[in-house]
Amino acid sequence: MPPTSTKTAGAGPVAHLRRGRPRRGSARVPVVLAVPALLGLGFLVLPLAGLLIRTPWSSLPQRLTAPGVLEALRLSLVTATAATLLCLLLGVPLAWLLARTTFPGRRLVRALVTVPLVLPPVVGGVALLLVFGRRGLIGGWLDETFGITLPFTTTGVVLAEAFVAMPFLVIAVEGALRGADARYEEAAATLGAGRWTAFRRVTLPLVAPGIAAGAVLCWARALGEFGATITFAGNFPGRTQTMPLAVYLALEQDLEAAIVLSLVLLVVSVAILASLRDRWITTP
Amino acid sequence: MTELLDAHLVVERPGFTLDLPLTAAPGEVVALLGPNGAGKTTALRALAGLLPLHGGHVTIGGRRLDDPDTGRFVAAEKRSIGVVFQDYLLFPHLTALDNVAFGPRCRGVSRQRARADAAGWLDRVGLAEHARRRPRQLSGGQAQRVALARALAVRPDLLLLDEPLAALDARTRLDTRVHLHRHLAEHPGATVLITHDPLDAMVLADRLVIVEQGRVVQSGDAATVTTRPRTDYVARLVGLNLYRGRADGTTVELAGGFRLATAEPQHGEVFVAFRPSAVALYPRQPDGSPRNTWPATIVAVAPSGDNLRIELAGPIPLAADVTPAAAAHLNLTPGARVWAALKATETTTYPA
Amino acid sequence: MRGRRWTLSVAVGALLLATAGCGGGDDDPRPGADGSPGAVTGSVTVLAAASLTESFTRIGADFEAANPGVTVTFSFAGSSQLAQQITAGAPADVFAAASPATMKTVTDAGDNAAEPQVFVSNQLVIAVAKGDPKGITGLADLTKPDTKVALCAEQVPCGAAAKTALDAAGSALTPVTLEQDVKQALSKVRLGEVDAALVYRTDARAAAADVDGIEFPESAGAVNDYPIVALKQAPNSAGAAAFVAYVLGDKARAVLVEAGFQAP
Repeated sequence: MPPTSTKTAGAGPVAHLRRGRPRRGSARVPVVLAVPALLGLGFLVLPLAGLLIRTPWSSLPQRLTAPGVLEALRLSLVTATAATLLCLLLGVPLAWLLARTTFPGRRLVRALVTVPLVLPPVVGGVALLLVFGRRGLIGGWLDETFGITLPFTTTGVVLAEAFVAMPFLVIAVEGALRGADARYEEAAATLGAGRWTAFRRVTLPLVAPGIAAGAVLCWARALGEFGATITFAGNFPGRTQTMPLAVYLALEQDLEAAIVLSLVLLVVSVAILASLRDRWITTP
Repeated sequence: MTELLDAHLVVERPGFTLDLPLTAAPGEVVALLGPNGAGKTTALRALAGLLPLHGGHVTIGGRRLDDPDTGRFVAAEKRSIGVVFQDYLLFPHLTALDNVAFGPRCRGVSRQRARADAAGWLDRVGLAEHARRRPRQLSGGQAQRVALARALAVRPDLLLLDEPLAALDARTRLDTRVHLHRHLAEHPGATVLITHDPLDAMVLADRLVIVEQGRVVQSGDAATVTTRPRTDYVARLVGLNLYRGRADGTTVELAGGFRLATAEPQHGEVFVAFRPSAVALYPRQPDGSPRNTWPATIVAVAPSGDNLRIELAGPIPLAADVTPAAAAHLNLTPGARVWAALKATETTTYPA
Repeated sequence: MRGRRWTLSVAVGALLLATAGCGGGDDDPRPGADGSPGAVTGSVTVLAAASLTESFTRIGADFEAANPGVTVTFSFAGSSQLAQQITAGAPADVFAAASPATMKTVTDAGDNAAEPQVFVSNQLVIAVAKGDPKGITGLADLTKPDTKVALCAEQVPCGAAAKTALDAAGSALTPVTLEQDVKQALSKVRLGEVDAALVYRTDARAAAADVDGIEFPESAGAVNDYPIVALKQAPNSAGAAAFVAYVLGDKARAVLVEAGFQAP
């Protein structure tokens, strides 16, 4: 392409050579993708920005040290973590069962595992009451035999959160297991490893990033759970009043208190999620 | 029975049934050769215990490991085997050292001892300085040697290799073949190796077993099999022209009535084999000592090493090797009509 | 080209005409006291305390029967939550609260069209499972060990009243849960998850099939007055005023008293 002779203001000697050639750099994003992407980002970020703007910055210090706030935060973090551990303990073997074995009705089982995802959380809470409540199928027996009751306890909160968050973990881990090459387990078998040893020393390390990603999703979901918690575990400060519950109740009385609580939960969650290194949760 | 490996592998496959008797003595290397889909990998997996038999048995060291008749099946992890897979399957999350130490550790050896042992094996395959590397940091040849060390570290009675050199480029293959030959010679147990490269088979194996459609079609030492092939597959593999016919003295009548004059007198059903380089091409019917001359048409011309391989059609199809200069001089192009001449002394005849 | 533009303008015009009728309450209604027939049209949205669920539903049906052309829509929840929605701009016509305190939230924000008027009051009872298996007779029994009690959260009128009553009785009761509204507390009793809950007499009566309501003397000191008011932002202000007048009238009062409320 011959260089044009027209000059633009301030153009250097080679500028006229560059004109007309399409620039292809890795930063160039097609407009068709960029616009919806930015809209999506705005949709997610603007409400959070709204929170920040309406925060009562002047009264923030004394609101933060109000008695219920730290208590609810502590309870939220503890129960979410406990729920995630419970999900790992039960969910990883379940995911292995779904991914690596065949049994009649496997598709049905997988569908059932994902039910808590589509169930309204309050319905989940009611279902938990019917099973683990004082007159529930299992809860009644627990109460009579051991004197253990689960509703209105912190354990109840952990159960409710685990119920709604477990599908995230199972689906993520099942996906990771399916993606992992089963032939490594065969190689391990030829070297003398039994099924459990092969799982422990070969499969688990290979799918560890997938498990970590699932655990993160699980933790985040558990942290934000409201409906099942309030229905099954009730609401009592220090014992069952997690942050989402505290926010909801504060909203009825004092909007600014609700905003402060929301801000605290937001900051803590973002800090923890942002501190996760990419390489911990993506497969190499 | 002095055989370390004594097996009769019967497995139902889609399309055919694998029915393969296989034995190997301690220190012996047996190569399974055959076209794709012949059942070689199935046989290896059955020997390893990754696939149960439908009939027959697998016995190693006098111990019956798989016997469908009695229902006895010993899983892979309980067999004294070592497997080198075609793509090595080195555990990506472990170093080369830990990969090699994996087997002994599974058998209860302490981590320290297993690692020391593994270091010794890596040294023997010449990779001592790569012990701390991860598999993705190793080249193809290095990975192959680690895989071999890993399989040998468990001191198996039976070593199984699935196309051990297939994934390597030609240069690396040369070096690795030599190394592999040395280690296989030192290995006290039996070795079964799958390959489709006749050169691998000839260099590495003591005995060849040719498998086609699940059945053994030829078995013997490398020299015999490669000079006296009994199937088209082997003939093509080693680059020989092979025909089957009925011999009466030094004349062999092939299918279609074509007669070949041969050197060794035989009677009855025979194979006749000769090298492509034994065939000479003439523009007109030659008049000379070769007893076998016939008109043929050139079908294809392809490079073969430094020479050209000419595929010919005629009373019998065959391949002839000529120099590029000769081909140019005679204007040998597809469609050209030539006369082929074959000296009877260049043929090998042996009973079918 | 011309044809397409014409079609577009016709479509836009039709859309405008259609939406013009959706405002509701454009007609000039004549408010009638005590639900005189043919007075109001349109739809009336009422936000009412949870404890008014059963009685207001009946009153609504009566109001609709008396005023054909009117539809009454209810939203029942904890009064404090409703007050919050109103101050945030929810498009409602009438607000009926379970306590003056929650009504104050609305009047402080200036969202009321007129002065609120108290139309009934309500008293607390102890709701227990049918047959009173634990033999609860009064507030003192609630603090027995192994007795689980649900209360409403303090922000909710029912909870505020409970606190007043319990403080007055000097009770050291620790509930197992503080519920969002009185119906939630009641449902915990019905499910058998708690042994007792402090709810309104009207709630216990409405659920008479499953629970028994146990009176206790201290409840007299914590009576909740229920105010009602038409809202300033009401889309149907005439309908709002008519409904409020109906609730203050005799027919509605009869329904409320039958449900267990007390006349003010």
